Amino acid sequence: MQLTRRGALALGAGFAATMLLPFGAAQAAVDEALAAFTGGAAIGEGGITLTTPEIAENGNTVPVTVSAPGAVSIMLLAAGNPNPGVGTFNFGPLAASQSATTRIRLAGTQQVIAVAKMADGSFVRTANEVKVTIGGCGG
Amino acid sequence: MISRRDFLQATVAASAIWGASGVGKWSRLAAQQALGQDQLLAFEPLGNVTLIHITDVHAQLKPVWFREPEINLGVGEAAGKPPHVTGADFQKMFGIESGSPHAYALTYPDFVALARGYGRMGGMDRVATVVKAIRAERPEAIILDGGDTWQGSLTALRTNGQDMVDVMNKLGVEAMTSHWEFTLGIDRVTEIVDSLPFPFLGANIFDAEWDEPAYEPYKIFERGGAKVAVIGQAFPYMPIANPGWMFPKLSFGIREERMAEVVQEVRDAGADLVVVLSHNGFDVDRKMAGRVPGIDVILTGHTHDALPEPVIVGNTLVIASGSNGKFVSRVDLDVREGRMMGFRHKLIPIFSDVIAPDPEMTALIDGHRAPFQADLDEVLGTTESLLYRRGNFNGTWDDLICQALLEEREADIALSPGFRWGPSLLPGEPIRREDLMNATAMSYPSAYRSEMTGEFLHTIMEDVADNLFNPDPYYQQGGDMVRVGGMGYDIDVSKPMGSRISNMTLLRTGEPIDPAQTYVVSGWASVNPETEGPAIWDVVESYLKRKGTVTVEPNTSVKVSGA
Repeated sequence: MQLTRRGALALGAGFAATMLLPFGAAQAAVDEALAAFTGGAAIGEGGITLTTPEIAENGNTVPVTVSAPGAVSIMLLAAGNPNPGVGTFNFGPLAASQSATTRIRLAGTQQVIAVAKMADGSFVRTANEVKVTIGGCGG
Repeated sequence: MISRRDFLQATVAASAIWGASGVGKWSRLAAQQALGQDQLLAFEPLGNVTLIHITDVHAQLKPVWFREPEINLGVGEAAGKPPHVTGADFQKMFGIESGSPHAYALTYPDFVALARGYGRMGGMDRVATVVKAIRAERPEAIILDGGDTWQGSLTALRTNGQDMVDVMNKLGVEAMTSHWEFTLGIDRVTEIVDSLPFPFLGANIFDAEWDEPAYEPYKIFERGGAKVAVIGQAFPYMPIANPGWMFPKLSFGIREERMAEVVQEVRDAGADLVVVLSHNGFDVDRKMAGRVPGIDVILTGHTHDALPEPVIVGNTLVIASGSNGKFVSRVDLDVREGRMMGFRHKLIPIFSDVIAPDPEMTALIDGHRAPFQADLDEVLGTTESLLYRRGNFNGTWDDLICQALLEEREADIALSPGFRWGPSLLPGEPIRREDLMNATAMSYPSAYRSEMTGEFLHTIMEDVADNLFNPDPYYQQGGDMVRVGGMGYDIDVSKPMGSRISNMTLLRTGEPIDPAQTYVVSGWASVNPETEGPAIWDVVESYLKRKGTVTVEPNTSVKVSGA
């Protein structure tokens, strides 16, 4: 097959499109989940701590801890998963601390996002990149 | 004016020192003329606490040649900073004269000529002499081993690390941390740890199921009237970079918040000085020093860097003590009123022809080697080229290993992991089995032969490149780039993951690697438990015996940009 300049350009565009499509879909799901949680309110930063490994030892079970003193509710999202929703933790007035630990499955290297709703109705967020690697050559 | 006669005499003297014979008396003489043991050990004591640090010995009990890297690129904030400075730049940065003993010990230029002049370095019996001398002056000195101790030689492999355990016990080590230790398998590690007269520290090692600390995080020593806390930090990416199935119930990680917690805990327990005995790797430790408050000294390891001065981050000293027994660091500290008030540091190079071996240690080492002596000494071939491993993209040892894999396993492409252990051999030297094992001895040596698509090969290359060139050190695993035989590629280290590697080319045909086509790939050290194939040392041995004499041509198949 003779690859023409026009053909190469078309191929290039096709490649870019396939790369972008799943990302765009996931991003839309993330935006949707955020909007549903906050009702469209502005999201600030600070007062929320998300602890994740930098590189997952096993992408199928990644330990995640989130803490936001004074929060009434914390939502976790795995932005790169086919279905980004992980869960929402609600804290009653008698909760001794507003923190939660769980293990989640990650489809690949991605951002894990945590958003907290504070008692005064404001929102804060934080995110960490967790790398899921094929492993190999340290040493 | 210099007369012809003077000139000739000078030339003769120079050739006596740099002479091509390079064996026996000449090298011994040259090293002794330039240096003395007293000079190497000279140190004006300071303060009340002394730390002695040795790390990444990789089971090298006898003196070795070890060429430091020519290419060791730093990315992000580490670009152009030590340890990512090599050769003439390194000499200039630290005021080292070219051709001097320190130039030989710390940098690669003129390595072969200087090696013939200054002789081999290291040897645990020489290290024992240094430790004894420091202890004679400072009886309360604390001796710390940074790990990667029990792996890397034929004798360590055959004795399951026992030779190293006995030697380090005799040396008087008082705490250690770990990495390759775990590749002996968890049962053997537990057996050794139970027998050690000192703690095996790892604040970042957790039980994978219950997420609880699995090893002692720290030990507090009372020395020189001060409480010295030593916190251990094992290699963070143990189950990713090495076979996790060998220690399935353990979880590691950098766990920065855990380190901060433990530093606070020891401060609350009254520690006047906080030392982290780390196997994080240099860039990870530099970042951690800047983010976790309260650490006075990080004795760093894993990335095999040797620096003649501490790197100071805020109020934290980061000290890099090299590898393979080439160096011992002595750090004297003035600790008063719960604070580090001053320090003096020396990276002591272990010139094996200058520092007298400690006879008791020599006897212990030779006793461990005796049962294997015939195996160690068997000559498998001769090298006409300098064989070395270190360098971000290739080294002649791995070029040789890849060539052996291509020919013996009839593969299109060969992969050799980017390990940083393994000493060097000089041109003209015989390759004994000991030398081959020094470059290959480990517990998962199977040389696999499998089919991979061009696309998968690209994924592997990108994945490994990100382990090395991710601009955030916390995402780096501390090895070098996977070495490739039979395939060339371009790498732009400044690009993000997924777009660093391009122009992958099958060298045999000169054709681009086709993502959809399948290639026969042979490699070794897979972390996969079901890997099949002969041990890598058997593959290389059969290649060497077939060839007799080997020459490794300069490798021009990797084109690097973005640095």
